Amino acid sequence: MSALRSISFDTVIVGGGGAGMRAALQLAQSGYKTAVISKVFPTRSHTVSAQGGITCAIGSDDPEDDWRWHMYDTVKGSDYIGDQDAIEYMCSEGPQTVFELDHMGLPFSRTENGRIYQRPFGGQSKDFGKGGQAARTCAAADRTGHALLHTLYQGNLKNNTVFFNEWYATDLVKNQDGAIVGVIAICIESGETVFVHSKATVFATGGAGRIYASTTNALINTGDGPGMALRAGYPMQDMEMWQFHPTGIYGAGTLITEGCRGEGGYLINADGERFMERYAPNAKDLAGRDVVARSMVLEMLEGRGCGEQGDHVMLKLDHLGEEVLNAKLPGILELSRTFAHVDPVQQPIPVVPTCHYMMGGIPTNVHGQALSQNPNGEDTIIEGLFAVGEAACVSVHGANRLGGNSLLDLVVFGRAAGKHIEEMLAQGLEQREASDSDVEQAMARLNRLNTSSGGESVPRLRSELQNIMQNHFGVFRKGEFMQQGIDKLAALRGRISNVHLEDKSGTFNTARIEALELENLFEVAEATAIAAEARNESRGAHARDDFRERDDENWLCHSLYFPAEKRIAKRAVNFSPKTVDTFEPTIRTY
Amino acid sequence: MVGSDTNFSRSGSWDWIMQRISAVVLAAYTFCILGSFIIYPDMDYQQWYALFESRTMRVFSLISLGALCAHGWIGMWTVSTDYMTSLQFGKVATPVRWLFQAGCILLICVYLIWGIQILWGL
Amino acid sequence: MLVSIYRHNPETDTKPVMQDIEVDIPAGKDLMVLDVLALAKEKDSTIAYRRSCREGVCGSDGMNINGSNGLACITPISEAVKPGGKLVLRPLPGLPVIRDLVVDMAIFYKQYEKIKPYLINNDPAPAIERLQSPQQREKLDGLYECILCACCSTNCPSFWWNPDKFIGPAGLLQAYRFLADSRDTATTERLAGLGDPFSVFRCRGIMNCVAVCPKGLNPTRAIGHIRNMLIPQCR
Repeated sequence: MSALRSISFDTVIVGGGGAGMRAALQLAQSGYKTAVISKVFPTRSHTVSAQGGITCAIGSDDPEDDWRWHMYDTVKGSDYIGDQDAIEYMCSEGPQTVFELDHMGLPFSRTENGRIYQRPFGGQSKDFGKGGQAARTCAAADRTGHALLHTLYQGNLKNNTVFFNEWYATDLVKNQDGAIVGVIAICIESGETVFVHSKATVFATGGAGRIYASTTNALINTGDGPGMALRAGYPMQDMEMWQFHPTGIYGAGTLITEGCRGEGGYLINADGERFMERYAPNAKDLAGRDVVARSMVLEMLEGRGCGEQGDHVMLKLDHLGEEVLNAKLPGILELSRTFAHVDPVQQPIPVVPTCHYMMGGIPTNVHGQALSQNPNGEDTIIEGLFAVGEAACVSVHGANRLGGNSLLDLVVFGRAAGKHIEEMLAQGLEQREASDSDVEQAMARLNRLNTSSGGESVPRLRSELQNIMQNHFGVFRKGEFMQQGIDKLAALRGRISNVHLEDKSGTFNTARIEALELENLFEVAEATAIAAEARNESRGAHARDDFRERDDENWLCHSLYFPAEKRIAKRAVNFSPKTVDTFEPTIRTY
Repeated sequence: MVGSDTNFSRSGSWDWIMQRISAVVLAAYTFCILGSFIIYPDMDYQQWYALFESRTMRVFSLISLGALCAHGWIGMWTVSTDYMTSLQFGKVATPVRWLFQAGCILLICVYLIWGIQILWGL
Repeated sequence: MLVSIYRHNPETDTKPVMQDIEVDIPAGKDLMVLDVLALAKEKDSTIAYRRSCREGVCGSDGMNINGSNGLACITPISEAVKPGGKLVLRPLPGLPVIRDLVVDMAIFYKQYEKIKPYLINNDPAPAIERLQSPQQREKLDGLYECILCACCSTNCPSFWWNPDKFIGPAGLLQAYRFLADSRDTATTERLAGLGDPFSVFRCRGIMNCVAVCPKGLNPTRAIGHIRNMLIPQCR
């Protein structure tokens, strides 16, 4: 190990998407030595694909708007397993965070009086659900994620953040005290492996949608952070909760923003019927995403799907007129023409529910500190490890995320983690030491791969994994069928840990990265499978044929998956916001 | 390294303006000369000489000559800094470019002095 | 389908070569070039290329496809290749090759950084957003959408000749994005950094950038606007 070069930073942030760069910005502004490790150039991170907007009660569309109403919607959307202290923090801090983005230069669309344009999104209401549909999602046309990501990168350039672009973190380095002291990272361009030593390690590695065969996620969304944390023995929270976005382009998986329905588009079945009126009489097409996705699947199962196979429905936009579509949804026109060969100005877009977002992740508190649980069921802080964004589970999304809340999650909690680490550093947070054997242990996986001489290829194993997840853990789930999926995964584990790296070269070896990513995908997939099988109820995005009702008596809680024993534990949901009354669980209808 | 040391005005904007003004002058001068050939289709040496006897024509010609020199220099300098860089010539790029530019300057000076001599009959 | 890919690994090769790989295209499907590359990589795992979003918004997979720069993920093979023809993939021209289709973009990013690609406004920020009318905001359309894929700059002869001095279409598009932003107050400072003979004025209006931009943007027009702002600065 002595040959391994070591570099030191106060904070190292793994992931250059919205959350990672917001955390980095906070720390760079405070002058601490901060590094961002990103496996792609930061503006190529998946935040760039976010379309519709960032939901926040800034009071532009409705000056009376209140963050508490946003909080109510989010709690309800989460099917009551979102932590109310975290949701309170996100919704109340949100406006300031969004204004900061504007001051940084984010090119938001505007209203006639010069304020940020807000559009209606699913699950939004005024006056705690009593005042009708709200328009709360701040938008830069339908390219909000792109605009946000570029703005954050620009802000970091301005503040001289150190970027390790096209570097890939392989594993956490944990010392004998069980504290995290940094990561092992590969410079993709040269192939050099380095120990990045840090006082605080922040995982902002994004989602893992690539565990499914059909997903709106980028090819890079391979759950690297959760994968590393699981290998280090740390638990994952609510991993059964995967959001299927109602409108992925049929066949391609590309995302069509909920903003389409916010602007007045609606879904139709083979009979041309606007079927959401039956399932959600009030909110219709703007019900929660889980509700809409399930309704679509039911339409198809009952024979009202479109196309020869009856395996999709249609999103109708043409009635909005070309002018509105060009102004509000230009990116959607582009994507539909390219990937669906359909011009939304004339024809409806074929869509199907598609894996979109991981509500679960590394459990954290509102400061981004990663959590575990002691044998008494109490939370314990994992020293040195933080997580933000989609990789984390704070949890503000619970069992179902509302549209536009993910971008807000990124910037609010990226900023919160940055602020907290800043405070810890100011109070004299020490660099913890790592022994040679600690580093060696973290290198074990990479060393095995680099000397592999037999085994199967990455693409084959990956597609097998993705098909298992797609078939056994989709929109509707069933116990016995999920058990079959778990058995298949168990059989796959040995084969994946024996994956063969044919190309051992150093320079820009993408085959090596893909092999390392595959192991992360597997860890996330297994956590998902076991958590999904354990939760014997239907809640939010987790819909079971064999347990159709929500079971608040037994499951009004988070699930915690412990990788060593492959065991599911329960963790209490926070029902104690600081400044408002608790939102008690009630029946969730739209 | 390509630099701006040998540039005409050391300002892209000034060069840009200069090149356009000089182009307009040269266009006007060309029209003027062509026009005189149209008006006097059988122009002989005497008529040609008379044309350049007038002070206006001489001043106009001198301005045009100046414009030609400026226009040529800006253009040749640009060409040399595009095509005579270390990408094409490696380490000797700067000497090669300077040599080329020195040649251009020399030629332009020759044209200028020679032109003045001719115009003012020195 | 026959795919010809530019191959070069500096660790093992002295010279780049074009490698022909036969890829089976599923019948009746018009794949994107990126899908074809993935199929080729299944056959030969050593092929290196960048990719991320696979929907044309991240700008990772800019490459030269049958002679024209574009994004592999949104270029259908039917558009890139004549029926029965060969798909020819090369790295973006004009930048050093790291390996295969992966180019070293350092100088491209450096030019982007040079134009101070961030909003500058030292007035105290209001408690809410800085107001901007829809008309003022409209000026940013066609500018902020750039994905930094480098298709334009690597298609520009002026950038080929002076990549260290000419900012290039991508950087200049962003320079104008901030000059045009009503919230930015650093116009004079920004223009002062652009008036030299190279940064902006190497643009000859060839419009190669416009011809290949996968997002349909027009850097040449933006450069024209910058020039129009620079000229009155001459005294």
